[in-house]
Amino acid sequence: MPGGVDTAQSELTIPAAASRAGAGTVLVRRLLFPVIAIAALVLLWDVVIRIFSVPPYVVPTPASVGQALVKERARLLDNSIPTIIESLGGFALGNLVAIAAAIAFVHNRTLERVLYPVAVAVRTLPIVAIAPIFVLMLGNGYAPKIAIAALITFFPTLVNMVEGLESADPQAMELMHVLSASRTEAFRYVRWPSSLPYLFSAMRIASTSSVLGALVAEWIGTNRGLGYLIVLTTYDFRTALLYAAMVMTSAIALAFFFLVSILEWVLVRWER
Amino acid sequence: MDIVVRDVSMVFPASAGPVRALGNLSLDVQSGELVALIGPSGCGKSTLLRLIADVVQPTSGTVEVRGGPPARARVARELGFVFQHPGLLLWRDALANVSLPLEVGGWGRRHQAPHQPAELLELVGLKGFERAFPRQLSGGMQQRVAIARALVTGPPILLMDEPFGALDEITRDHMNQELLRIWAATRTTIVFVTHSIAEAVYLASRVFVFSPRPGRVIGEVAIDLPSPRVPAVKDTPEFVRHTAALRRALAQAA
Repeated sequence: MPGGVDTAQSELTIPAAASRAGAGTVLVRRLLFPVIAIAALVLLWDVVIRIFSVPPYVVPTPASVGQALVKERARLLDNSIPTIIESLGGFALGNLVAIAAAIAFVHNRTLERVLYPVAVAVRTLPIVAIAPIFVLMLGNGYAPKIAIAALITFFPTLVNMVEGLESADPQAMELMHVLSASRTEAFRYVRWPSSLPYLFSAMRIASTSSVLGALVAEWIGTNRGLGYLIVLTTYDFRTALLYAAMVMTSAIALAFFFLVSILEWVLVRWER
Repeated sequence: MDIVVRDVSMVFPASAGPVRALGNLSLDVQSGELVALIGPSGCGKSTLLRLIADVVQPTSGTVEVRGGPPARARVARELGFVFQHPGLLLWRDALANVSLPLEVGGWGRRHQAPHQPAELLELVGLKGFERAFPRQLSGGMQQRVAIARALVTGPPILLMDEPFGALDEITRDHMNQELLRIWAATRTTIVFVTHSIAEAVYLASRVFVFSPRPGRVIGEVAIDLPSPRVPAVKDTPEFVRHTAALRRALAQAA
């Protein structure tokens, strides 16, 4: 059947080749445009301070924040480490528990009906109110911070993961039945891979919110971490260092986000 | 006799009361035959295929596949199923999609696969597309991968549920030709559900006409066109005579 191949070839759609041609432009757009936007924002910040002569203890100049970043780098880095540990720990714990719960839910409807509302109820509790409770229960170490960061990442992952596991193509699931696949096989071959794009959407949210969770937890009962530094510098009106700590926090969150995106790019190849 | 269906009724529970999908349906399919099922939408044709494949169980009546219950045939991988939509796994390339049935349950380790996945891709005209992912393939090509996947364990029976329904007419004609070629090469029993009168006449040796819901067979039209069929047969008076007969039977059904 030599003719068949030719026909088949003419049917091939080639979006991959088309996008590769514009890869350079895409990279410029993805990187250059945000950089320009941030630079413009910093410039606007500087101009506004000058025009309205805002005192430095209310809003520092971009230059003084830059200076603080350089001069206080040892202190900033030192305080970043606990925050990074707490965020990563919370991110891992929250996601693992959420994934496990989602898997249990799609395989046991009763469990879902009983526990899903509980998860929603926990979600509605304000995190700033839970933080002191966790500190009371878990002490002053890493444990309460990791728990809070985990709690904040748990819900989006649970919701997305349940949806992702249920997004499996019904025909692919029917095929699994026709192939006499076990539940484990149906999960491994169809459900789990189907859920990955959803999982990564959730993890991108969780990557930044876990840092937020760790930060809020550090407001109470600790003397280390960027959250602590932010509270301390606010009370002392050291706004330049306060802003530098915020830049640091933002950089950590961005790095996490970037890492998750890279992982997604590697693992979820079929979605791009 | 490959498939024997006797007095099968099928009732689905629904919120607006039970729905009778099939009512006392009987039919036989012989080994190596290509039969088509045609009838109005919602007449239970797809349900019948799912009964044969042991995806659903009849409310009453019996279904026998190769002399035993459908569950036996399913577990023994004697059934291949091609769905209306390809249902390919998007994260697997064409070759990995075709070899999926060999992996599930470790079938490929315990049995000698009658065809190599790569050979089957060649059979369906996709040589050179082994590493292509479903999203890179057109609808017709995806459906061909699904056919190759259904054939990889060498099932004696192939159940096809409107497999070309979503394709444009040119692609569909091409796929019909390919299917006849594959049928000639594998000698598989094929039960083919379709909405197209011309497709049914062109492909099948016998066409079962279904009544509206609850579906049952109200007519059986033997298609005695010469074999192997070539596209030119569609312009012959015999072909038109058959489509006319089928159209009349369907009109009575409605």
